[in-house]
Amino acid sequence: MKKELRLMKGNEAVGEAAIRVGADGYFGYPITTQSEVLEYLMSEKPHERTGMVVLQAESEVAAINMVYGAAGAGKMAITSSSSPGISLKQEGISYMAGAELPCVILNVVRGGPGLGTIQPGQADYFQAVKGGGHGDYKLITLAPSSVQEMYDFTILGFELAFKYRNPVMLLSDGAIGQMMEKVELTEQKERRTTEEIVKQCPWATTGKPKSRDHNIITSLELQSDKQEELNHKLQRKYKQVEEDEVRYETIQCEDAEYLIIAFGTSARIAQKAVKEAREQGIKMGLLRPITLFPFPKKKIMEMTQQVKGMLSVEMNAGQMVEDIRLAVNGKVPVEHFGRLGGNMPSSEEIIEQVRKHF
Amino acid sequence: MEDIKKAEYLAYKKTEVLTDKVLHYCPGCGHGTIHRLVAEVIEELDLQHKTIGIAPVGCSVLAYEYFNVDFQEAAHGRAPALATAISRLYPDHAVFTYQGDGDLAAIGTAETIHACNRGENIVIVFVNNGIYGMTGGQMAPTTLENMKSSTSPYGRDVKMMGSPMKMSELVANLPGTHYVTRQAVHKPGHVRKTKRALKKAFQYQQEKKGTQLVEIVSNCNSGWKMTPNKSNQWMEENMFPFFPLGDIKTPDDK
Amino acid sequence: MTEELIIAGFGGQGVLSMGKILAYSAMMQDQEVSWMPSYGPEMRGGTANVTVILSDERISSPILNTFDTAIILNQQSMDKFEKSVKPGGLLLYDGNGITRHPEREDINIYRVDATDEAARIGMAKIFNMIVLGAYLKIKDNVKLENVVLGLKKSLPNRYHHMIPDNEKAIHRGLEIVRQIQTVN
Repeated sequence: MKKELRLMKGNEAVGEAAIRVGADGYFGYPITTQSEVLEYLMSEKPHERTGMVVLQAESEVAAINMVYGAAGAGKMAITSSSSPGISLKQEGISYMAGAELPCVILNVVRGGPGLGTIQPGQADYFQAVKGGGHGDYKLITLAPSSVQEMYDFTILGFELAFKYRNPVMLLSDGAIGQMMEKVELTEQKERRTTEEIVKQCPWATTGKPKSRDHNIITSLELQSDKQEELNHKLQRKYKQVEEDEVRYETIQCEDAEYLIIAFGTSARIAQKAVKEAREQGIKMGLLRPITLFPFPKKKIMEMTQQVKGMLSVEMNAGQMVEDIRLAVNGKVPVEHFGRLGGNMPSSEEIIEQVRKHF
Repeated sequence: MEDIKKAEYLAYKKTEVLTDKVLHYCPGCGHGTIHRLVAEVIEELDLQHKTIGIAPVGCSVLAYEYFNVDFQEAAHGRAPALATAISRLYPDHAVFTYQGDGDLAAIGTAETIHACNRGENIVIVFVNNGIYGMTGGQMAPTTLENMKSSTSPYGRDVKMMGSPMKMSELVANLPGTHYVTRQAVHKPGHVRKTKRALKKAFQYQQEKKGTQLVEIVSNCNSGWKMTPNKSNQWMEENMFPFFPLGDIKTPDDK
Repeated sequence: MTEELIIAGFGGQGVLSMGKILAYSAMMQDQEVSWMPSYGPEMRGGTANVTVILSDERISSPILNTFDTAIILNQQSMDKFEKSVKPGGLLLYDGNGITRHPEREDINIYRVDATDEAARIGMAKIFNMIVLGAYLKIKDNVKLENVVLGLKKSLPNRYHHMIPDNEKAIHRGLEIVRQIQTVN
């Protein structure tokens, strides 16, 4: 079969992927760096293509709670926003983690704090991988670094969300959201029927037949011992995720003496830096975490056998570098290079940092 | 004993849409009656198999334990957002929220007004007792002028704290609401009227007529620091003049 | 082969859509492409620019500081991007409104007076296609037939009746582009 290729913005690719994977609902609110998701979906009339519901909510808070309602009823729901809007969604995200509800949340990160800037950033790393809202919970966090991955990870996100009954975050940034690249589209999947939903999600509130007890979706448990057990259950799930779902890409690491670790747009720039450094005789390699939680700790530890130093390149003041240092446990020097405020690092700067530190 | 347990002697049977769980509500509180009425209506309209309820944060946070239908527990004030998605994705289901005044009229004002404005096809059961019951008697958006609460210990000063909000009148002005009514459950006659109102609301919802809001002005004898009887009397004398009972918007008005 | 270019001018000149058509055209010949716009408030009435990369290999960074080619359509962009052209690279510009012409001696410079030409033939809307035509004349990395395919792909159906005019404009660009300076 002929490949179906299209030139799309990252944000549009997420919208198209949601339709094609057979998602049931998108609920969102406009904010710059990601409004194209909602715009694209509205223009595509998904209610005609697949019956998917698309709704512009009154706020990010309402949007994530619409996702909660949909997910609690077993439906495939997705929302998107950019940093300030993701902060507003944290309430709903924490409740969904507590109630173990599957969903996909796209964060097209911009520079912060506060209203910040509309230029790209990666300063929401901690918020994404350490929980974000209140309570002990984790989001499975995927970091797309191309428009194709925006598309693919939307689909993968739903798969993981339902596999683990857990919210999945796509931690993207303004550059990936706004740029256009070639996307290979997948075939249209049918939306699940109610019977299929009942079978796949026996826990969901789909309407109580005589044959079963009523289903309840809640994150409330007032008895401490029971709440503790629920927390342990969540922690066991996160451990399982850490064992089974680590994803990363290595580029020219085989003989690398210096390792760059970067995700998303930073990883794209770092890839260029690796090429240029090698032209200058510096043996540099790139490790690109695809899952930020679970973090590729083991692979990073393994790389300490080989490299003289590691440089974490991020569009923030030093967040992922802490996780790298924990993984490395002092075995090799780990440095951080970050650009802030919506600026992006350049390949020249990355090489200069490696020369400076190691 | 067994010989008097005959079908012909049956005067009252608990609806199967309520579980056997013992209610945690304070003796004298209206919530128990309201739960029963909603459950009876669901049973009488044969909706149990396709009802999805949304519980609030407030005294009725555990409503999902008492209703024998599928239920979701929402974050404080967000029930109409959950209900929006559920009713759009399950358009034939009976979707209802059960909310108190703090939940619906303070923290969830935006969700309430926008769900009503979009005319989401849901039933909103709004229990208004003029106070935050669960958290211990703090001032609510519906607390009356000069009424004492733990956060208005000298009475609600409207200059400082604003006036009590009439949410039903407010949402009745929106095109998306179809039926808005205010009832009570402290006397048998009122109980019967409230049940009729709830039944209409669920029927209209099944006919896909848009948003149906049934406000029930109720007491909070614990929060008001009164005996149940005294609280009902106080409610008649103080709450009803400000929150008058009766239909606020009916399909005939359109 | 990889071609890294920037197209820069005023918002409304069709800078972004020109980049998009170019990207689509390269896609038609099985190349990898990326299209990275400047976005945000500066788009509204101010300057607009887009970085386009066409490559036979997987594209690394979509964000660039230096370019093989700069297509410059106003003075602000000349001031900003003339210095970003790699030595031996290409600078193509429209002379309209330019008060300081390019001064670099280590790059190839071409000029296309597309604004004047568009006004003369009464096709102001497809000014950007005249510029694209000029680019295609200088660089042979994208085939003209693929540009026509790219146009079809990137224009919504309701604009497809304008494709012949676009083609005509591309041909005008091919004809009127002038060489100012070559270094290789």
